[in-house]
Amino acid sequence: MSTSTDEYLEALYNLTRESDSASTSAISKRLNISPASVTEMMHKLAGEGYVNYSPYQGVTLTPKGYHLAEKMTRKHRLLERFLHDVLKIGNDKVHKEACEMEHALSDETARAMCQALKSPDSCPDDGQLIPPCDLRFSSCDECRKWGQNDAENISKRKTSVISMTALKENQEGRISFIRGDNKVLHRLLDLGLTPDTKIKVCRVSQLKGPVEIALRGSRLALGDEIARNVFVEKVTG
Amino acid sequence: MANITSCHTTTPVKQESNHNGKHLTIALAGNANVGKSVIFNQLTGSHQTIGNWPGKTVDSAKGFLTFEGNDITIVDLPGIYSLSTFSLEELVTRDYIAHDKPDVIIDVIGAPVLERNLFFTLQLMEMDTPMVVCLNQMDLAEAKGITIDANKLSTWLGVPVIPTVAARGQGIPELIGSAIEAARHPVNKEKTSVTPANVPEDDAKRGTVHRGHNRRRARFRGGLDAGVDELTALIESEKLNLGYPPRWLALKLLEGDTNISELISSKSANIINASDVLAQKIEEVYKQPRFAAVASERYSLANQIAGDVQIQLSIKPTFTDRLDRLATQKVFGYVTSFVVIAGLLLWTFVVGNLLSTLLSNAFGFFQPVNPQVNGHILSILWNGLFGGFVAGVTLVLPFVIPFYLLLVMMEDSGILTRVAFMLDSAMHQMGLHGKAIIPLILGYGCSVPAIATTRIMGTRRERLLASFAITFAPCAARTIIIFGLVSAYVGIWWALALYAIDLVVMFAAVKVALRAIPGETPGLIMEMHSFKLPSFSVVLKQTWGRTKSLIFLVFPLYMLGSAAVQVLYAYGILQPVSNFMSPLTVRWLGLPAIAGILLIFGLVRKEMILLTMTAIFGANLAVVLTPVQLIVLALVGMLYIPCLSTISILIKEFGWKSAAAISAANLVTAVLVGGIAAKVLPHIV
Repeated sequence: MSTSTDEYLEALYNLTRESDSASTSAISKRLNISPASVTEMMHKLAGEGYVNYSPYQGVTLTPKGYHLAEKMTRKHRLLERFLHDVLKIGNDKVHKEACEMEHALSDETARAMCQALKSPDSCPDDGQLIPPCDLRFSSCDECRKWGQNDAENISKRKTSVISMTALKENQEGRISFIRGDNKVLHRLLDLGLTPDTKIKVCRVSQLKGPVEIALRGSRLALGDEIARNVFVEKVTG
Repeated sequence: MANITSCHTTTPVKQESNHNGKHLTIALAGNANVGKSVIFNQLTGSHQTIGNWPGKTVDSAKGFLTFEGNDITIVDLPGIYSLSTFSLEELVTRDYIAHDKPDVIIDVIGAPVLERNLFFTLQLMEMDTPMVVCLNQMDLAEAKGITIDANKLSTWLGVPVIPTVAARGQGIPELIGSAIEAARHPVNKEKTSVTPANVPEDDAKRGTVHRGHNRRRARFRGGLDAGVDELTALIESEKLNLGYPPRWLALKLLEGDTNISELISSKSANIINASDVLAQKIEEVYKQPRFAAVASERYSLANQIAGDVQIQLSIKPTFTDRLDRLATQKVFGYVTSFVVIAGLLLWTFVVGNLLSTLLSNAFGFFQPVNPQVNGHILSILWNGLFGGFVAGVTLVLPFVIPFYLLLVMMEDSGILTRVAFMLDSAMHQMGLHGKAIIPLILGYGCSVPAIATTRIMGTRRERLLASFAITFAPCAARTIIIFGLVSAYVGIWWALALYAIDLVVMFAAVKVALRAIPGETPGLIMEMHSFKLPSFSVVLKQTWGRTKSLIFLVFPLYMLGSAAVQVLYAYGILQPVSNFMSPLTVRWLGLPAIAGILLIFGLVRKEMILLTMTAIFGANLAVVLTPVQLIVLALVGMLYIPCLSTISILIKEFGWKSAAAISAANLVTAVLVGGIAAKVLPHIV
């Protein structure tokens, strides 16, 4: 898998956040590559099963592509945090550096980095959410307890999870993983946000305001910094 | 799957009360906003004492009643969601139940949110105290299309369940009767239908009857339950004498409760080791952290019970739901928030002004008293005391009481929760979250109760930041200065400008303070209750509670402080102090020499600045001060230091160091802002 595949997938990951599919022109603009090359690359990625692409209909990520794109984005943003927080490198430089380094970062090292940085949730330059890992833990506490020696035996999540803040109003999700320290986790558990609990988003406010959810017959408002770290499996239908 | 607790504990021994009548202690426990205070008020009427838990900044309320020949003390415990040690309130509650051993607990649960409430009920039942469940707000549940079978719930839990609508007094006599019955017969011998089926053999063999026997408890998978029993037995055998029930201790150890772990580790390493081994097993089986596994099991039982006893007919949006949507709608939500806050302030000024005038007119001698600064010492003292009292009655109470009345209604109805939701991101700019809006709005009335209300914030850091912001909020006394000095002599627009400047300064000062007090802003976690009509009794009680704290703390300081500064002034003691301050007041701020003395007077209560000037210079201040001086004096007067009452509540809540730091920060801000104004304003005014 080549470096440019990663870059394309990351670009698609970001573009498909806002709308369901991305146009080749948007990709071309974002990566500063000619539309012709983008189209060519999309055909190639479609052939490898990473994207769904038919001309004039835009590009969407396949589950396989999404998984890889999310992983690369995660590594990229973790690296930005590391460069910024530990090495004190300026915000103007971290993005470019991380772009270079992310391809060489192994999954294990990314996990260790996440632990060392105390499970960061946003990147330093633009505050974008760092995607969750694909390990099958319900909280960071378990991951920390697992240690570094036996990392390859940690089982992986089968389905992808998304942040509660990515749900739209009236969409439902099942709580899968809560990122962060034990104190917040404890409070959320006391209010009923235990693993596998079904929640419904009732209201999303603008300007990174709180999210209102319904669960167990009650209604809760969760500030953005808490809600964005609650990851759910989307319930469809 | 029937769950029956094993026998493990002895009935708490009570010396001070007997169960055959006479005196009983009943504790009210439950989540926030389930109508606990309404029940407390229904039961105790006006026989209440409200204070603090010893040594803790947690409100405590006790009330008394006589029922069928029993003298009963009702203790209203804080509204909480769990018995962990996340907050002081939770700690206070569990320590109270374990150590003070009330005769019976009434667990108030909100019927519309049954499942979440049952999570707490299950934890309370583990405390092994006689208990009655009060299934309150049945009317609200009905409105949502929920019906609950109370008998079935009682069978599930193994404790009596009384349905009530406390706001209308329905079910209250039954509740108290049932509580007394439970207290008199602490061992519930009544067999419930859950008992016979799947009694684990070892439980059945022991054969002793404890009230735990009939109580439902969460069980663990994978044979871990036996482990919990063993741990309980181990704790019981070591006779630690901690006051907590052994099974409860076992569960707390499994959760990894730091407080309990520390308590026990100093006494028995054995127990800690055993609990750690078991906790590790639980984490392996559940693939969750230990405390999450325990919470999950409790919730899954709560879910099972709620699913069995309640029927939700249709989930049709009720009228209040629609109202709710409007209050937090993207655009209209901000409009609502603005209308709520502006309406509150407008109401306060209109009604306050009216009452203030009425009061002054009705009692001729209640005209604001100008400070007397010469003559016989006794006459000066009397003038000071009386002046302080009159100021309280005519200038503070008329504004503060209507303000609190409306605010409490908004709080109780649930509107303020929506405002807090809408303003959460704005509050983040000040390092606070949405809930801080409540104490901040309170600060528009008087800083003293506002600072007391910062208790609803989670951490000390948040409380300090919110309180710091409140010391700049334009309270009733500051408003008097702005209007008396600026509006009257310079113009209404300048007065409004000062208001705006005050808010900007408040915002900027908190921004600076954010850097001085490092730490993270904890996120908002807030329950969104359904809208409801505010309860009359709760509104009156709350308003009175806040007003009372004002009267008891503020009035004495007003009176004594006024008398003291007047005497000091009359004896010429203030003059040297004022002279000493003159480089600041005269050179930097461009005020007349007398300003130093005015500011000392204003320390007691801000509007003294205005009153003292009138006393010294007569009615027309425009003759002695230029418009710029008036504005600067008003600005400095507003900002320079929290008044004596505010300082005293700051000391009470945070200690003298923090109080001194906040006061110093106020002073520096005032000198800076005042100085800049003195240099800039002459070019504008």
